Amino acid sequence: MTQMVEPSGPMPHRFSWARLGIYLVLGIAAFFFLIPLWVTLMTSFKTMAEIRFGNILAWPGHFTVAPWGKAWSSACTGLACTGIKIGFWNSVRILVPSVIISIFVGAITGYVIAFYKVPGARVGFSILLIGAFIPYQVFLYPLVRIFSSLGLYGTLPCIIIVHVMFGLPLMSLLFRNFYSALPIELFNAARVDGAGFVTIFRHVILPMSTPIIIVATILQVTGIWNDFILGLTFAGRDNWPMTVQLNNIVSSTTGEAAYNVNMAATILTAAVPLCVYLISGRWFVRGIAAGAVKG
Amino acid sequence: MGSINIKDIAIGFGEVKIFEHMSLDIAKGEFIVLLGPSGCGKSTLLNAIAGLLEVRAGQIWIDGKNVTWAEPKDRGIAMVFQSYSLYPRMVVEQNLSFGLRIAGLPKAEIAARVQKAAKLLQLEPLLHRRPAELSGGQRQRVAIGRALVRNVDVFLFDEPLSNLDAKLRNELRVEIKKLHQNLGNTMIYVTHDQVEALTLADRIAIMDKGVIQQLASPHDIYHNPANLFVAGFIGAPVMNFLDGKIVRENGSTHFIGDDGVSIDLGAAPLPARENQPVVLGLRPEHISLVASGGAGTVAGTVAIVEPLGAETILWTEIPGKTVSVRVDGESTIRAGQNLHLRFDPAHARIFDKASGDRLVATIA
Amino acid sequence: MSDSILQQPQQGVERPGSRWRARLRTQWPAAIALLPAALILLVVYIGTMVWTLRLSFTSSKMLPVMDFVGWNQYFRLFNTERFIISIDNIWVFGVLFIPGALVCGFMLAVFIDQRVRAEGLLRTIFLYPYALSFIVTGLVWQWFLNPTLGLQKVIHDLGFPHFQFDWIVQPTRVVYTLVIAGIWQASGLVMAILLAGLRGIDAELWKATKIDAIPAWRVYFSIILPMLSPMIATASVLLAVSVAKLYDLVVAMTNGGPGLSSEVPAKFVMDNFFERSNVGLGSAAASVLLVSVIVILSPWIYSQYFRRQGGRK
Repeated sequence: MTQMVEPSGPMPHRFSWARLGIYLVLGIAAFFFLIPLWVTLMTSFKTMAEIRFGNILAWPGHFTVAPWGKAWSSACTGLACTGIKIGFWNSVRILVPSVIISIFVGAITGYVIAFYKVPGARVGFSILLIGAFIPYQVFLYPLVRIFSSLGLYGTLPCIIIVHVMFGLPLMSLLFRNFYSALPIELFNAARVDGAGFVTIFRHVILPMSTPIIIVATILQVTGIWNDFILGLTFAGRDNWPMTVQLNNIVSSTTGEAAYNVNMAATILTAAVPLCVYLISGRWFVRGIAAGAVKG
Repeated sequence: MGSINIKDIAIGFGEVKIFEHMSLDIAKGEFIVLLGPSGCGKSTLLNAIAGLLEVRAGQIWIDGKNVTWAEPKDRGIAMVFQSYSLYPRMVVEQNLSFGLRIAGLPKAEIAARVQKAAKLLQLEPLLHRRPAELSGGQRQRVAIGRALVRNVDVFLFDEPLSNLDAKLRNELRVEIKKLHQNLGNTMIYVTHDQVEALTLADRIAIMDKGVIQQLASPHDIYHNPANLFVAGFIGAPVMNFLDGKIVRENGSTHFIGDDGVSIDLGAAPLPARENQPVVLGLRPEHISLVASGGAGTVAGTVAIVEPLGAETILWTEIPGKTVSVRVDGESTIRAGQNLHLRFDPAHARIFDKASGDRLVATIA
Repeated sequence: MSDSILQQPQQGVERPGSRWRARLRTQWPAAIALLPAALILLVVYIGTMVWTLRLSFTSSKMLPVMDFVGWNQYFRLFNTERFIISIDNIWVFGVLFIPGALVCGFMLAVFIDQRVRAEGLLRTIFLYPYALSFIVTGLVWQWFLNPTLGLQKVIHDLGFPHFQFDWIVQPTRVVYTLVIAGIWQASGLVMAILLAGLRGIDAELWKATKIDAIPAWRVYFSIILPMLSPMIATASVLLAVSVAKLYDLVVAMTNGGPGLSSEVPAKFVMDNFFERSNVGLGSAAASVLLVSVIVILSPWIYSQYFRRQGGRK
């Protein structure tokens, strides 16, 4: 204390070790979270020679996009050397119908459970929610038998139906919670006006559902794109999604492991959910909250 | 102990200025109510006094000490919040004692203070319950208790009764008043409820748009509002306002309404320039019914009758305006009836239409 | 559930007489619309579950046979080294991963809650791994931890030639690398859940603690942490379930190796179903998984249900 200053106005800013500590911890954490991504990206732009002798953290000395081209169109899975693009398009073909159908079924189910009293519906819904927590392994083998006996096993419709089935708990929960929060008067008013089941859904409920449809779309797009086990089990060789294809490329043992190509393929596979995540931002978090907290 | 001096402070968030050049002096032991519509800056002022908000300019003195830069705990204040802000997972006793335990007070001292507060607020049977198991009124009593145990001279209340239903609000209001009488602490109380303000305050500071519009006793605020804002904010139903001008005729002052209503204000001197546009304000209880028309009366028709029990409000149409008239609850007047009204000139308040300020007659 | 039973008489009082006819009319399409969901529930969830349980009592090998061999498959299961290793691994993984992710997530949420700059960017960084497929996470970490070219080499090149971090190829250490990758992927989720809880706390509560002069760390541990307990419970359940489901990450990162040292139960089930033609044994392992998950879930379901009942009144 050199001299007494009469306190007046805002407190003079003081350096605070606590603040510095906070930023330090957050900085280190951010480093830990980013470094695997950084390494992956850097590797994908390097030549194999540089990877073998260089530092995985370093910026590429000889910048090349060849691994990306190879990953996309000519990387080998052990079966064929057609690149990951096959997997990409398979994933797209699985994703689009799966997302649309599962959201539609979820919305209808949520709507009925929120507004109508069907005997047994609530008990059934509770069991369905518990089902969402049970590992797929418990259901997989009998399902394979069922689809085989229907002649569907290993086809595109098969994997789409499977995604709709396993997406149902989360989707109907999402819509049930959203619709339950709507004022029941809205529904009753429409009913007094003589609107029926379908009319109320189409003209009253559905137009208000945009936010929850966005959340559901984000959850389903990332969830289905990232799926591995269902695609591996049900899609069949010709329809294997990108994640399965990626794992096959990386674990294929023919020849020397091309790390740069593998990492490029990895990033290509991660690109869709990452883009969804970066673009949707708060919606993604909202989806987590809606899906997780109310479980 | 417990005087507060606010010296020319300014507060804002980013570009938004909440208020500037705010000054307020509060005597020790005084009960001051900050009253105003939401967004007027009253809670901001209270938070600044508590040290929860930083001021941009000016000083705050509590008890003769400059506390502008002091931490809330070092200001000798305690605070009660609208949402009770009890620590949810602690029982009442822990809620009361937690701050003291953190401060490292001896156990015996803590127990004594908690006992005293619990007794004063009749919390003794509730000491081992959690907040979730208490009613709203009980929770707020615990919150007041948490302020009490701090043994400080200044209590700050931030809309403490706003979350309670009407009946509990009345009960707790009386308790707070009793508390003030017993303890003699300085209390600053923020509310938007004029009944709370009028019943509790030694002085009311009515705020609007970051400015104290009037700082006066409840009586003065009600009867001599400083401007149209204060006049309109206090009183239910609100004061009747008539637009018009003041003229001098035959040695007496007249208010001539724009719609032809004329009120004789007696021999009082002119409170305004002749023909200056003014607003005349008159509370519903200062308009009376007279049996027959004549000089100084206005004819009207009852549009709506609102019986409130002890009294009845007649919404009466006079030329160009509907005025409220307060009559006895026994009144049998019905809608559609024609009446003659007499405006009490002694209680009429004249405001400048342009500035809104009350015009007081000066010898001119 | 039981609150619907409570509601029905009340509504009956409000709309006597017409109620039953109205119900019949409106329920028709509603019941039909519920058919797909009902079918999925009965066939896909309940039906296959019962089927799997039934298969676990058969001697099925490559194709299911419907004989009955009692608990034989379970005896066999618990005498299979591969399964014992799997159980050990999942136990170690769960014990480290769940608290690890909870602590990391909680710390991140608390630090981010300190009104820091670039909050949005930091949140994005901490949560992005959660948007990735386990396959991607596994491959990325496999590469990063590669003993000859990855992290270990970087540290060697920095001048620490004796630094050793080759856990991913060490049979006794490989499961810890799975824990690291798991925490990396999941702590953002915990952070997001807890941050939502922190942001939901009334600002006035913070003011009250300031007036009471309670230090910030004390507020977090004594006041906020107990308030967040429902969210911590939810996060714990999600993490615990993801432990039971752990499969993709292992397949991509270690494929159970080196040797059998990072095998996990979910992978054991898949391998026995689809590669080793041991449907009976696989079903027994799946049933063990099922029972474990139900044991994990039941206290939580009970408390959720209980809380909901209490909240309604």
